[in-house]
Amino acid sequence: MAEEKKYQSRMGDGSLVFMTEDEIRADMREGMADAVKRGKIDPMSEEDFERLYEIITMPGGVVGVEPGKEIVNTNDSGGYKINVKSQMPLPKEMETLIYERCLGCDSVDIGNTDYNYKTAKGVAKRDAGALKQALNVTTMPLLFGGMPDLGFYTQPDGPAGNWATLLPDGKIKEALAAQEEAVEYSIKDICYVADQAYDVGADGMNLDTCGAAGDADFLAALKACEAITSKYPDFPVEIGMAGEFVLGMHGRLKYNGKRLAGLYPHDQVKLAEQAGASIFGLVVNTNCNKSFAWNMARVITFVQACTKVANIPVHADVGMGVCGIPMVEIMPVDVMSRADKALVELGKIDGF
Amino acid sequence: MGQEATHAICAGMGGVRTAGDMVLRMQLAKKMKIDEAKAYVASKLGVTVEELCDVVTMSDVRRDMGLGLCHVEPCKEENNGMAAKFRIAEVLDIKINSVERFKERAGLK
Repeated sequence: MAEEKKYQSRMGDGSLVFMTEDEIRADMREGMADAVKRGKIDPMSEEDFERLYEIITMPGGVVGVEPGKEIVNTNDSGGYKINVKSQMPLPKEMETLIYERCLGCDSVDIGNTDYNYKTAKGVAKRDAGALKQALNVTTMPLLFGGMPDLGFYTQPDGPAGNWATLLPDGKIKEALAAQEEAVEYSIKDICYVADQAYDVGADGMNLDTCGAAGDADFLAALKACEAITSKYPDFPVEIGMAGEFVLGMHGRLKYNGKRLAGLYPHDQVKLAEQAGASIFGLVVNTNCNKSFAWNMARVITFVQACTKVANIPVHADVGMGVCGIPMVEIMPVDVMSRADKALVELGKIDGF
Repeated sequence: MGQEATHAICAGMGGVRTAGDMVLRMQLAKKMKIDEAKAYVASKLGVTVEELCDVVTMSDVRRDMGLGLCHVEPCKEENNGMAAKFRIAEVLDIKINSVERFKERAGLK
């Protein structure tokens, strides 16, 4: 008996795997069921399920979206992926030109190489200077980017108590108060940086990896977004998430009456809208121990639930370890391009 | 670095290669979803949505309207950066922050 055909695919950690049709379909069912259960959301339609199977098993090393369905991208690179991460000495403003005229990007952000607003604040005027020079020579939109990253405000090198040590010590009240204190520091820093970026003509602010330190982190981003868009109505803010699920490090924090802990993308986007965000960056985590088929079915189920209710553009975060992209530094374009196609054609996302 | 290039090739409008920068501007400025933003930009440029994503059509449109290109022969007609953004703001009927700040600093407003 002939051996059953196997398709080359990958695991969530990027390693190669060869799977039969039955194995792929079984993983897709399991991944979709996981999203339905966790998010309390609807599964994909059978038609979409079959289309996703086609995309996962499509011949060719690289696949692409159908003509006319192309989307746009924003970025959380900080304008230092060439000069810092790839070690090619190049000023930031020149790096933005490479993004525009060589890589075909629709935008890029400039930020501190230590990509958080607490660090960025100290040199915000200098980074704004680089942004100003870049804005003079580029045509595409340039944003200022960074993370709220609330952990930077904790002791010993930050001003607030460290809830990661207070909680295990049973100091619950102190841990909650420390997070609430850090939220205020974070909002102040983000708004200060936004002032500098606005003044040199930035096209917007990118609040990236929001919720990385839990619900207080997400709250800081929402409140900062609200403050920026209130002060500068023509200055757009993008809120991109850290993960699919807001961790309840505090647990009691609310925004406009909605508890933040435990929210999935379809609820997160509604709060981003209320805060005045122009674009919401959606994240679904990649499980390294599961196949691309498992991850992608789970991703599309979550993404569809989000894009169905969103009134603002939703950009899928498609960097390392999110939205079906494997958890590796050097990306395999076979599964990456399949993730792109599925996110656009089935997830109905508005950008990356 | 491979990420940006892969996304641009597999699913992206390609920025100034077509009109991705302008479509993104409408998302940022007016919170338009992708189809609405494409339709808006296409109508302002006098092209179809299909043409809006086509690099050959859009190279001509961008060159003729002075909206900036990814590759230009060095010549006096070359129009990129701030000069192109002045024209983009006018064509799309939006305010571009860097253009507004430039006007302030240059004493143009």
